[in-house]
Amino acid sequence: MNTLKKLLGFVWMLLAPAIICFLVYQANIKIQAAGESTRANVILQWSIILIIFIPICVGFFLFGKYAATNEYAHLPSTSEEINN
Amino acid sequence: MITGKTIAMNAEKKQSSIAFVIGASSVGTLIEWYDFYIFGMLATILSKQFFPAEAGTAALLSTLAIFAAGFIVRPFGALVFGRLGDLIGRKHTFLLTLVIMGGSTFAIGLVPGYATIGWAAPIIVLILRLLQGLALGGEYGGAATYVAEHAPVGQRGFWTSWIQTTATLGLFLALGVIILIRSNQGVENFSAEWGGWRYPFWISIILVGVSVLIRMRMSESPMFSKLKSEGKTSTNPLKESFGNKANFKMVLLALFGAVMGQGVVWYTGQFYAQSFIETVCKIDFVQSRNIMLVAILMATPCFVLFGWLSDKIGRKWIMLLGMLLAILTYRPIYKEFIAITSASNRTQIVDYRITKAGPLMPLVDAKDRHKMYIRQVIDTAYLDGSNFKYTITDTLIGFNEFGVDRPINLINPTLIKYKSPKSNIVIEKTMGKSATWDIIWLIFIQIVYVTMVYGPIAAFLVEMFPTKIRYTSMSLPYHIGNGVFGGLVPFLGTLIVEFTKTSSNPSGDSLAGLWYPIGVAAVCFVIGLVYLSNKVDKNVMD
Repeated sequence: MNTLKKLLGFVWMLLAPAIICFLVYQANIKIQAAGESTRANVILQWSIILIIFIPICVGFFLFGKYAATNEYAHLPSTSEEINN
Repeated sequence: MITGKTIAMNAEKKQSSIAFVIGASSVGTLIEWYDFYIFGMLATILSKQFFPAEAGTAALLSTLAIFAAGFIVRPFGALVFGRLGDLIGRKHTFLLTLVIMGGSTFAIGLVPGYATIGWAAPIIVLILRLLQGLALGGEYGGAATYVAEHAPVGQRGFWTSWIQTTATLGLFLALGVIILIRSNQGVENFSAEWGGWRYPFWISIILVGVSVLIRMRMSESPMFSKLKSEGKTSTNPLKESFGNKANFKMVLLALFGAVMGQGVVWYTGQFYAQSFIETVCKIDFVQSRNIMLVAILMATPCFVLFGWLSDKIGRKWIMLLGMLLAILTYRPIYKEFIAITSASNRTQIVDYRITKAGPLMPLVDAKDRHKMYIRQVIDTAYLDGSNFKYTITDTLIGFNEFGVDRPINLINPTLIKYKSPKSNIVIEKTMGKSATWDIIWLIFIQIVYVTMVYGPIAAFLVEMFPTKIRYTSMSLPYHIGNGVFGGLVPFLGTLIVEFTKTSSNPSGDSLAGLWYPIGVAAVCFVIGLVYLSNKVDKNVMD
C-alpha cells in the first residue's frame, strides 16, 4: 500500500500543474472567443476561477510531494505526534 | 457513597446537558445556513433587482458570481474566526459570527435596486455577501468543535450529525419561507423592487436575535476551558496549524481525501439538482421548490443514521461509498430528469378546451412606445395530469409610436420597422402526480448521498486535529472543500454548459455541467481510498 501511496504521489504532483495549464489554456481560448459585449464578463469569470484554483493546485502539488516522500505511510494516532 | 440512583441521575443530567448543547448550537448554525442560502434561492430575482434589466444571462451569471463570492471567502472566515476560536474560545467566537451573519443578511434586504441607485446596488450587495461568507466560515467549525468536545466517547458521530442536519434544514427553511411569502403575495408583488423577496432577509434579524439569546446561556467547551486553565492554549494557531508540517499534511489530506468530494456531492444534490429541474427541465418555480422540500424532509433523518453508523463501523467507508455512488449515478439520474419532464414521453390531451392557445395580446412598452410585444400563451394538458405552459413573445419596433393596446390584426404592417427574428419562448411545466414523485425519489437518492458524505464528516475532522488548534485546522479544509469546490458547482456547472453551446446546438449539452462534480469526487475518492484511515479516534481530549 505504501508503494501505491508513493506512486500516486507522483501522479498528483503531475496533475496539479497540468490542471493549471489546462485552466490557463481554456481561459485564453474563451477570452479570445468572447464578443466585445461579453468580454469583460468572461475575463471576470476566468479571473475568479484562476485566482481560486491556482493556490489550490499548489496545495495539491504539496500533497503529492508529501505522498511521494512517504509522509502518509503512517498517519498520527495521537495529537502528541502532531504537536511534537 | 455513590449509589445506582446517583449514577443514573448523573447520566440523565449529562444527557440533558448534551441535548441543550446540541439544540443551542444547532439553532444558531441552522439560522446561519438559512441566511446564507436565501441569496442563492432568490438568484433569479436578485439578478433583475441589482443589475441592469437588459443584462439577461450576464446578470444571472453575475449574481451567481456574487453568490459564489460568498463561498469563496469562507476559507478566509475560517482563518480569521478559527484563529479567534483557538485563542479566546469557541463560545464567544461563534456568537460573534452569528451577529455578523444576521446583520449582513438583514442589510441585504434594505439595499435599493439598480433602478434606484445604479451600480452602487450590486457593489453593496457584494460587500454584504462577503461578510456573510466570512461569518459562515467562522461559524461551522466552531459549532462542530463545540459539540464534539461535549460529546461522550463513542457517540461523537451521532451527536455531531445533528449539527450536520442544520445545513440541509437551513436550506429547507429558506425554501419554505420563500414559497410561503411568494404564494401569499403573488409573483408580481413578490418580484417588485420593494416586494416580498426582501422579507426572508428581514426575518433573519428576528431568528438571529432569538439564537443569540440562547447561545449566551451556553458555557465554554470543557476541553478548551481545561487547556485555558492550564495555560496550554495556542499562542499562534495559524502558525501551529499550517506552519507545522505534521499538522499541515493532515490539513491537505482532510481537504483532498474527504472534504473536496463531500463538498461537490452536497452542492450537486441540494443546489444543482434544484437549479437543473427549474432551468433545464423548466419545472414551475413553486413546484420545483416543493419537490426539494419533500425530498429534503424525507432524507434528513439519514444524517443522524450515518453519523450513528460511523461510530460503529468508522467514518471512511460511509463517506467513500456516498462519493462512489454519486460518481456512478449522477449522469443516469439527470438523464432521467430530462426524460421524465419531456413532452415527447407523454400523451397530449387533444381536446381544444384543454390544449388551448390563448389570444394574441399586444402590449405597448411602458417606457418606449415604439416597442410592442405580441404575446400568446399556449396551455397543453397531458393524460398523466401534467400541464406545460408556453408563453411566446415577439417584439415589434415601429417607425412611429404605437398607440393604445389593440388587436394585432389592427396594426398596419407598414408601421413595423423591426420584428424579432426569433420568438422568446418561456416554458413552465407543472408535473402530474406520478412524474412529481419520480423526481422527488431521484432527488431523495442524491440527498441520501449527501447524508452519507456529510453525516460523519464533522466527527471525522474533529478527530484529525489537536484541541488547541482544532478550530483553525478543521475550519480551513472544510470551507475550501465546501465553500470553494462545492459552492462553485452551480456556477461552474452553468459555465461548462455554456461552453458546449454551438451554432448547431444552441442549447448545449445540459448534462455537461455534471463533469465538474463527478471529476472532483472521483479524484477525492481515490485519495480517500488509498490514504485515509478508518480508525475512530476515541480520545479527542489531547
